[in-house]
Amino acid sequence: MNTEKDKVMDIKEAIKRFVKNGSHISIGGFTLNRNPMAAVYEIIRQNIKNLHLYAHANGQAVDELIGAGCISKLEIAYGGNARFAPTCIRFKKAIQDGKILFEDYTNYQMALRFLAGAIGVPFLPTRSSLGTDILNKWGFSKDLRKKDPKIPNKKVIVMNNPFDSWGDASKVVLLPAITPDVTIIHVQKADKQGTIRMKGLTFADVEQAKSSKYLIVTCEELVESDELRDDPDQNQIPFFYVDAVVHIPYGAYPTACYRYYDYDPIYLNEYRRYAQDDDLFKKYLDKFVYGVKDHQELLNVVGKERIEMIKADPRTGYAINLDRK
Amino acid sequence: MTEYTLREIMTVVAAREIKDGDIVFCGTGISMIAAMAAKHINAPNSVIFFETGAIDSKLEELPLTVADPRVMYFTSMNGGLTDSFATMQNKFIGKHVIGILGAAQIDKFGNLNSTSIGDYLKPKARFPGSGGACDAASFVNRSIIFIQHEKRKFVNKVDYLTSPGWLDGLDGRKKAGLPGGGPSVVITNMAVMRFDEKTKEMYLSGYYPGITPQKILDNMGFEVDISRAKEIKPPSHEELIVLREKCDPQRLILD
Repeated sequence: MNTEKDKVMDIKEAIKRFVKNGSHISIGGFTLNRNPMAAVYEIIRQNIKNLHLYAHANGQAVDELIGAGCISKLEIAYGGNARFAPTCIRFKKAIQDGKILFEDYTNYQMALRFLAGAIGVPFLPTRSSLGTDILNKWGFSKDLRKKDPKIPNKKVIVMNNPFDSWGDASKVVLLPAITPDVTIIHVQKADKQGTIRMKGLTFADVEQAKSSKYLIVTCEELVESDELRDDPDQNQIPFFYVDAVVHIPYGAYPTACYRYYDYDPIYLNEYRRYAQDDDLFKKYLDKFVYGVKDHQELLNVVGKERIEMIKADPRTGYAINLDRK
Repeated sequence: MTEYTLREIMTVVAAREIKDGDIVFCGTGISMIAAMAAKHINAPNSVIFFETGAIDSKLEELPLTVADPRVMYFTSMNGGLTDSFATMQNKFIGKHVIGILGAAQIDKFGNLNSTSIGDYLKPKARFPGSGGACDAASFVNRSIIFIQHEKRKFVNKVDYLTSPGWLDGLDGRKKAGLPGGGPSVVITNMAVMRFDEKTKEMYLSGYYPGITPQKILDNMGFEVDISRAKEIKPPSHEELIVLREKCDPQRLILD
């Protein structure tokens, strides 16, 4: 909750102020779209560890955070990133090597858990996953659940419909709410106070944003309030949810930002090669994350030609005929 | 006869399963092309929709993921995850949704594993997990499953039951509290399998030209009834033209 008029700060300051060792965080976007990558790279550079990450299918950002050793606990629905990584590579390795604690839900369930947090109820019901191992196999031990007040006492609860057969359902699955310490999203437009406009799909960004104690928003364009308030039906998040507004053009790069730029297939293919091997992955981090001081410097390393290549066509919102092999 | 690849026949066979008026819950890869092809061939009034919230996307170019900016162009509306899954859970609309799913393992009741092989906490192989697959499999009335025909994939018991098929038989879903419906067809690189009306056990329904029922059985970890199997009609020239020229001219998925 923050009603200040001007919340603009740089990404170093925003991450330092709101993301701490051990924080419970969530990040916006979906697989290779609108991941808040500039913020994620800054978390890695600031060497913030032991994070508890809530993800539905957040893709590239999840894999890079896990690969850099920032995550110790993960609640997730999907760790894949299209043909660039049918299973996210560092995610897969971390689980197979027992490096992180994790728990599986479904995409709808994670979205509902954020929604529960956003609307202030302890749980929400669904009919999804009845009869499956999502219900039976728990990743966090009873002991951990007891010890850590930020983890619910149960993963899920199956309940007989308390309204008998009302709604033609005999049973429901109850999902515990998520209320992260901080959520980070990348959007197309924001003003200084934090009125937010996203274009294209919003994924679960709105629910994630509203469920969170603190909210960092990075944006392609920092615009005058009048521009957003002239057409308020197009805005999704009111300013009082927002704690930091950070202006970072290409802040979702190498993932896409609808109507601004596409994902970069060359970067994502290169990433895949680096991610296959521990030593190579260290080299990746050294070159593309630790080796640059900020996101602009990463864009410089990548080069103008590539940035031009992924520029969105104004009619469709993506880069037409981009070579995506 | 026109030459075709295995991926092409799989895609065409899936497209033929989509009925006019179906709302198609689409995953990535081959399922997207199948749904696109169906709109051009046999189901012009079918609707492609993505779990990310894109409804009836124009798809001038092939998306590589359900969150690809290509799914956002010229839609009926762009929403989000809570909307899109609710569409399938919706009592009225949900019945018209057909799911297209993939997996690493399948059992004879069409239960799917896309989570892990071995112990859940210390797996031998980890896969991406449910994503929206379990949600779709839980809610929709019919689903198409794509999987490679291999012994290690057709198993007696899935290591992790990610997405519900018919669970343990005819009444399985009802006992668990799931809505009606379930998987209707399994499409592999060799064959098409369906589920017996009375037992909901998988049987061999069809095989591709040049493949014998015995070869199919040799590539499965459990026995199925092959007495009802017929040879599948290969893709027609027109179907192949649609696939190659309208759906995936860059051969992003078909190769």
